[in-house]
Amino acid sequence: MLKKSLESFGRYCIFMWKCMSVPDKWREFFRRYVQELLRLGIDSIPLVLIVSVFIGAVCTIQMKLNITSPLLPKYAIGMTTREIILLEFSSSILCLILAGKVGSSIASEIGTMRVTEQIDALEIMGVNSANFLVFPKIAAFVSYIPVLVVFCMVTSLFGGYLICIVTGMVSVDVYIYGLQTMFTPWYVWYAIIKSLIFAFIISSVSSFFGYYVEGGALQVGTASTRAVVTSSILILLMDVVCTKVMLQ
Amino acid sequence: MIEVKNISKSFDGKTILHSVSAQFKDGLTNLIIGQSGSGKTVLMKSLVGLHTPDQGEILYDGRDLLKMNNSQKKELRKEIGMLFQGSALFDSETVLGNVMFPLKMFSDMSYEEQLERAHFCIKRVNLVGADDKYPSEISGGMQKRVAIARAIALNPKYLFCDEPNSGLDPKTSILIDELLVDITHEYGITTVINTHDMNSVLGIGENIVFLNKGHLAWTGNKDQVYDSDNETLNDFVFANDLFKKVKKYVNLTNDK
Ligand SMILES: Nc1ncnc2c1ncn2[C@@H]1O[C@H](COP(=O)(O)OP(=O)(O)O)[C@@H](O)[C@H]1O
Ligand SMILES: [Mg+2]
Repeated sequence: MLKKSLESFGRYCIFMWKCMSVPDKWREFFRRYVQELLRLGIDSIPLVLIVSVFIGAVCTIQMKLNITSPLLPKYAIGMTTREIILLEFSSSILCLILAGKVGSSIASEIGTMRVTEQIDALEIMGVNSANFLVFPKIAAFVSYIPVLVVFCMVTSLFGGYLICIVTGMVSVDVYIYGLQTMFTPWYVWYAIIKSLIFAFIISSVSSFFGYYVEGGALQVGTASTRAVVTSSILILLMDVVCTKVMLQ
Repeated sequence: MIEVKNISKSFDGKTILHSVSAQFKDGLTNLIIGQSGSGKTVLMKSLVGLHTPDQGEILYDGRDLLKMNNSQKKELRKEIGMLFQGSALFDSETVLGNVMFPLKMFSDMSYEEQLERAHFCIKRVNLVGADDKYPSEISGGMQKRVAIARAIALNPKYLFCDEPNSGLDPKTSILIDELLVDITHEYGITTVINTHDMNSVLGIGENIVFLNKGHLAWTGNKDQVYDSDNETLNDFVFANDLFKKVKKYVNLTNDK
């Protein structure tokens, strides 16, 4: 088990080395970069929007229901909701969700290209296929993730705001006051930095699993599942490391 | 000319190619024939460098592929076109995009020149009016034509085709075969074709290499097939009744 993991890690490093070279044609790179930006980034916005609004709303309800001590001020609800969203939800949880969407799509796309010999066709022409296919994906997803994270923060807090208006369980003014109280800008940066690491994990690990598929459609499916599982585990691991390193 | 000397290749301890030697000649359609699983694809992928053989030499007009460094390989690859068994067209590109792809990546042509060259190649393979279609929208035979057009876009010196007529009806197969022969002769390309299709063997086999379970079993051309007394070859080529009768008939007329 350990030996196998180490072996995979070694192969992953070699793969990354192949990916991270200077593109043959910059024009082609930018064309693909823009395509990936649309497919991996902008297409994820609806999902992020739905998830964020609901989680933001649920968080606010939970805080209201669980903060019952009379010693705690009412604005603690908005404040704790904000901290949860900024510290964990907008980066770690969001990336776990995106690992499912983006990771599986990358792994199955590249895996299909492998089993239908499209990658061989690229290699035959003398194209560095790893660099050509994977580098634009990593670059696009990593560069777009901050947008998704910030978007997620805003919409989650907006979800909480909506629930205040709709149910009136917390007054809107108190909620907004809570959001502003003891705000630490560093937490936003912390979320963005973490998400950059997670985005790199998702895009590179999924590409890796797709790139080395052998067999047919069944194996592409397996690879895409493994890509999602592995990147999720790595995200959780890195989350622990980042929290320890950056918040202490 | 491509010369192969004593190529061996094994996967996970299982030997697939046993010291195969062969020559593939300029301006001819060179066939690698053999049953499914005999190692044709492995041999072809070794020839083009997608597999690295365990031992042996692969000489492209004297240049040993296995001793080349990366930049030399890259140069050589510009002289190689390849047609894959499943066509391997890029799903995300249109027909025109597929044919223009190698030109975009590897030529110094202006966009107009690229377009002109791509149209020329598409016309050469008798495919018109499909420029803006995606690979999933056209038939298997058309996909093969697009793949051929893409393979010849950069004017290759060597053309490799892995089972160019697998999955095609007999008539389309013959059209594709004829197209390959025409292109080979017209541009003096060294063409290597993998096939287990007897129509092709007897129709376009100008130089045939017969593989049996990874061993080189016979070489010759399509006329020599008829009077060969190599038993495995006869078993393979004249497996069905019709071909058995054809052989008998040809031999009778030859004797007279
Ligand atoms: N990448 C690979 N790994 C392991 N075994 C392989 C690989 N490619 C081919 N083989 C094996 O090599 C043998 C010959 O395959 P192939 O060359 O594809 O036959 P064909 O003559 O039908 O093209 C088969 O038994 C196949 O299982
Ligand atoms: Mg084959």
